[in-house]
Amino acid sequence: MARMKFLCDAERCIECNGCVTACKNENEVPWGVNRRRVVTLNDGEPGERSISVACMHCSDAPCMAVCPVDCFYRTEEGVVLHDKDLCIGCGYCFYACPFGAPQFPQSGAFGLRGKMDKCTFCAGGPEKDGSEDEFRKYGKNRLAEGKLPLCAEVCSTKALLGGDADVLADIYRERVLKRGKGSEIWGWATAYGKPEQKPAAPAPQPGGQS
Amino acid sequence: MRTGLLLAAVAAAVGLTGCGESNQVVVYKQGKYQGKADSKPWDSPEFGGEKARWETAIKARNLNQNEYRRIGG
Repeated sequence: MARMKFLCDAERCIECNGCVTACKNENEVPWGVNRRRVVTLNDGEPGERSISVACMHCSDAPCMAVCPVDCFYRTEEGVVLHDKDLCIGCGYCFYACPFGAPQFPQSGAFGLRGKMDKCTFCAGGPEKDGSEDEFRKYGKNRLAEGKLPLCAEVCSTKALLGGDADVLADIYRERVLKRGKGSEIWGWATAYGKPEQKPAAPAPQPGGQS
Repeated sequence: MRTGLLLAAVAAAVGLTGCGESNQVVVYKQGKYQGKADSKPWDSPEFGGEKARWETAIKARNLNQNEYRRIGG
């Protein structure tokens, strides 16, 4: 069975935030909650790198371990989901997660912290597939429609890949082997093409005028 | 003599205290899920329980992310 994972290729990410926008729109995520975000290292300097981060659907998820009400579960496809009816909004998962994936709506008064919200790999939650309740609590269930998460499918440079880990690893391997490494993949030559070769001088004709 | 031995034993005990090797890695104990049961993605109206058809659809989408295959490279 598939192990659903995300993979972000930092060499390709152009920090367009298309994945972030697609996620918010598809799942109608409330203001202040970002299931996905783009992080840029060495911003503005040559060689800067961006990476799109959301829940990584860990095989050994710390959020599952620390939850005092055990509202997390892992599906057969390896997607980590949670039951919002059970969540008490304690925030333990937020501190346990190394990726900052769990988000808490803070629209209420006195810094009220609502129930946790996070990336569902577009797999909905423990409600009837495609139902209104599922959409309201967890967002769209694209997996049940035979589709992959929209953030990955919408990525224009295909920096963000989502799906079966084995297939993603094969795609990434093929990509790395084709593009090479070092200055070949970043810089002037990649953006504007390699310098043109000078045409070879024609060989002089024996006894003739050139 | 006896005091000397005792002092040596205490010194050895104090000196070797730091040599103990305790496990530094946190061992997580997964809790048991207490919430509602979720249905399988292939049990949706689109696939009607046909797991093989769902897997084929997902695999096609997966491979479609490889532009070397999709548009040729």
